[in-house]
Amino acid sequence: MTSDGTEPGLDPGDLISQAACRESLTELYWFLDGELTVERRTLIRTHLEACNGCLETFDFEAELRLVVSTSCRERQLPPGLQERIAQVLAELTEER
Amino acid sequence: MADQAKFADQAMEYMPSLYSAAMRMTRKPADAEDLVQETYLRAYRGFGGFKEGTNLKAWLYRILTNTFINRYRSQQRRPDETNLDDIEDFFLYRRLGGLEGARANRSAEDELLDLFTETEVKEAVESLPEQFRIAVLLADVEGFSYKEIAEILDVPIGTVMSRLHRGRKGLQKRLYDFAVQRRLVGDEGRQEESTSVAEHP
Repeated sequence: MTSDGTEPGLDPGDLISQAACRESLTELYWFLDGELTVERRTLIRTHLEACNGCLETFDFEAELRLVVSTSCRERQLPPGLQERIAQVLAELTEER
Repeated sequence: MADQAKFADQAMEYMPSLYSAAMRMTRKPADAEDLVQETYLRAYRGFGGFKEGTNLKAWLYRILTNTFINRYRSQQRRPDETNLDDIEDFFLYRRLGGLEGARANRSAEDELLDLFTETEVKEAVESLPEQFRIAVLLADVEGFSYKEIAEILDVPIGTVMSRLHRGRKGLQKRLYDFAVQRRLVGDEGRQEESTSVAEHP
């Protein structure tokens, strides 16, 4: 290790890109969760355009999220539930 | 102050998503129905305290979550809280990332849907320890922001992020276990043969 903490003999360009990958992956969930500033989002988007490895990871996580949210939704309410609750609420309103 | 008479008009539209969350929380249709009904009753009674113009959906989820925790927690506390901290980041992608998208003209989503049935995804979510499961449901299924989840659960935002991080890792581990069980992948995380996808034990 050199005094500035980098590995000797590595191309500085690689180091920059490794750091960008690390940063992007660290912020992946914040990105998908919509919790980043516009500036950070733009930086990550720029990195993803240039880095296929990170793009694949982001894509996988985004698609997995979609599969989870779709699978976890019930397609229908049980029959009668909505009517039953509406009726209970209507009776409570009349009692006032 | 919100008028109780307006409650039904404004709140009924959220019932499908509240019921879905209730199903993942209680795991049983009858309990989920009871939980949703009680949520609406409590919300109706407390509607005077709801500040109009603020987030009604988040407010209903807060009541749903509190009702669930108060009514069902003691029945459902389970000792098998596996150590979610030991699971590495992007656990599933590191093992299955090469599988999806392997065939041309198919989206990653289609490939993922081939890997896991809807029932397996539900089971994986439902298998998470309660506090992680609730965080994952609120963020990944309902799309609430960290701030909204913090308000729904009455915990700091840092706690929300930590529960989400661990819950998502646990979910990926559980999904991977399903894939291994169905012999979609070998122990090393490689697909053994492309034909094995069709073979269900």
